[in-house]
Amino acid sequence: MCWRFFIAMNLNDTDFELFAVPATFAQDRAALDARWKELQREAHPDRFAAQGAAAQRVAMQWSVRINEAYQRLKDPVRRASYICELHGAPVNAENNTAMPPDFLMQQMEWREALDEVEDIAALERLQAEVDAGRARALSSLDWLIDEKGDYPAAAQQVRALMFIERFGHDVEAKSDQLGQ
Amino acid sequence: MALLQISEPGQAPDPHQRRIAVGIDLGTTHSLVASVRNGVAECLPDDQGRVLLPSVVRYLDKERRQIGFDAVAARAQDPSNTITSVKRLMGRGLADVTHRAAMSYAIGGGDGGMVQVHTAAGDKSPVEISAEILATLRYRAEDTFDDELYGAVITVPAYFDEGQRQATKDAAQLAGLNVLRLISEPTAAAIAYGLDNASEGVYAVYDLGGGTLDISILRLTQGVFEVIATGGDSALGGDDYDHALADFVLAQSGVQTASETDKAAVLVAARAAKEALTDADTVTFAADVGGQPLRFALQRAQFDAATKVLTDRTLAAVRKALRDAKLKADDLQGIVLVGGSTRMPQVREAVAQFFGREPLVNLNPDEVVALGAAIQANQLAGNNGAGELLLLDVIPLSLGLETMGGLVERIVPRNQTIPTAMAQDFTTYQDGQTALALHVVQGERDLVADCRSLARFTLRGIPPMAAGAARIRVTFTVDADGLLSVSAKEQASGVEASVTVKPSYGLSDDQIATMLQESFSTAQQDMQARALVEARVDAERMLLATKSALDADGDLLDAQERTAIDASMSALRLSAQGNDAAAIEAATKALAEITEPFAAQRMNAGIARALSGRKVESL
Repeated sequence: MCWRFFIAMNLNDTDFELFAVPATFAQDRAALDARWKELQREAHPDRFAAQGAAAQRVAMQWSVRINEAYQRLKDPVRRASYICELHGAPVNAENNTAMPPDFLMQQMEWREALDEVEDIAALERLQAEVDAGRARALSSLDWLIDEKGDYPAAAQQVRALMFIERFGHDVEAKSDQLGQ
Repeated sequence: MALLQISEPGQAPDPHQRRIAVGIDLGTTHSLVASVRNGVAECLPDDQGRVLLPSVVRYLDKERRQIGFDAVAARAQDPSNTITSVKRLMGRGLADVTHRAAMSYAIGGGDGGMVQVHTAAGDKSPVEISAEILATLRYRAEDTFDDELYGAVITVPAYFDEGQRQATKDAAQLAGLNVLRLISEPTAAAIAYGLDNASEGVYAVYDLGGGTLDISILRLTQGVFEVIATGGDSALGGDDYDHALADFVLAQSGVQTASETDKAAVLVAARAAKEALTDADTVTFAADVGGQPLRFALQRAQFDAATKVLTDRTLAAVRKALRDAKLKADDLQGIVLVGGSTRMPQVREAVAQFFGREPLVNLNPDEVVALGAAIQANQLAGNNGAGELLLLDVIPLSLGLETMGGLVERIVPRNQTIPTAMAQDFTTYQDGQTALALHVVQGERDLVADCRSLARFTLRGIPPMAAGAARIRVTFTVDADGLLSVSAKEQASGVEASVTVKPSYGLSDDQIATMLQESFSTAQQDMQARALVEARVDAERMLLATKSALDADGDLLDAQERTAIDASMSALRLSAQGNDAAAIEAATKALAEITEPFAAQRMNAGIARALSGRKVESL
């Protein structure tokens, strides 16, 4: 029954192993996209559409797993969170909401600014600030994970990024209201 | 069969057993059937050479009905029995229908909340009416090939929810079609264009049909069609342009309609005027209202102005889809126009202006969806030896659960690539709670009341614990067909419950069985004979595939496994010589099950090869 072992091992491979890419925060998005398609070409249930239920079930398992890994790898925040977890520093966003005071101050300022926004130009200025904040946080993640290997600090940074992304969604919602 | 194809994906087990598969565009105004013949997709004409079948069904009495052009011809005299645009009623409850006043036939509520149309043949569900159209196309295809169909890919608007998709599948089943897949109309159009033009890049498909607007953003790379985002409006189409134009002319001329016949006459005239304005700048709008002729000199600019609000609504949907795709208008390599309504000059101009480039129109907008569906059908039937095409589709609408206070907790966000499985943990909110009711909903709104209810089920037998102590993992699994199953498991005790979602506007299997007997009274014996032939063909394919797999990779098995597979093959051979279809199916299934781990191993090897192939490339 050696093959059962192989299957189990492969479906339980890390996302990085499955995609045959280095287990680093820095990733080449184009390479991930290409790899995703390459894997789905092998495993997608449509490749075995006329071949009966057994092949469909196996293909479905693989295809789901490949999609799961791709979703996680292509999103920098989810990818960082996954790396932290693999290194024993889970992000635990639901239970751990303690953030540094200066970060919280900035969040409050943004919230106030968003409440006061009345036109598209002001909203775009705020959007640019949020984008810059996000870019800074991402580059610090790059350093914390790939250079320093400080996963607890990276987990903290991931939590900060989650706040920033949530705020980004609120900016989008406001943009809808203003009719853009 | 699984086994053979794993080593060589896409290669048909036996080239002589080519399966006849068709693509069907079940449209609001027209429907078409297409198939791949000699490597080329083409629409199949009727015996008079016409490829379009008007999606119109007229019930004359209990027995007789007219479908297509004959029904259209009779529409003005018999509007209340001539059912047009039935697609807009598919999977809909009475409360969902917003354009009742504009319809020339009467509808009411029926069992399970589904709309019923009152006709001379009694109350008919939209599913039954659509089945008449689908059956007509099925007969056309079977006549063309002088053979039975293996299956069909049917297109639906990307924006159709689970209820509307299920209703479409039910209609196909009622029409005796084996549904290989439902795919979205814009995706089908992109397949037709992509393969035709060998294009690479990101494309937007703007599909304005008779009753629906669909926007899809797709990326095409090396034969892989990746749907990035879909959007649109399931209740906006060319019909609305007719209604807006009819209202405009009536208001301008001060004429009022008094009867269903008047309404139908004005709508027919509006549609004719709309079509004439594609080429002419001025036309005469002509209809008989209450026995009086209504004549109105109509300019295209008036038509454009009277319908601008509709055109603007379509562009709002485009904007939303682009934002979902995180793209800007100038990131796109091309815009594909689909649907007869994109012939309207004001629509073409508006789209060209929005994207800053001229849209692609080199394929017939009426045919392109059916052609793409035929290509995918050919692939899914296993006929496409090269296996060039792979479609990575997404779910069009978010799926979630009702939580406290009637709010929706989203589990699978829209535009997620399928197949997918996503899980979330929930807990109990009362001390000692032993059951958890789960309500599965679909939609983008935050309140359950604004979303479509898909299914309810209950997880029972949770051990009594303090509120918040139980950990219940709810998993949503969406397969490549977009079908949802939901399971819930309490992690400590292991108690489980699950449901495969069959939306409430679909039909139960019993209802379908009854309808099949009533309206398509295929003789029982014919059905049995057909079932036996199909069972034998499947058994033969399974045996062949297993044999090739064993020849290629038999050394992967140990002696015990090999013996078990050999025994199962012998059992199947024996049973295939008999006349019991059910027994043959059971034996085929048994062989499929026993070889599944072997199939999995070979598939695993395939993926491992893909991995190593990649490593060589990157050196």
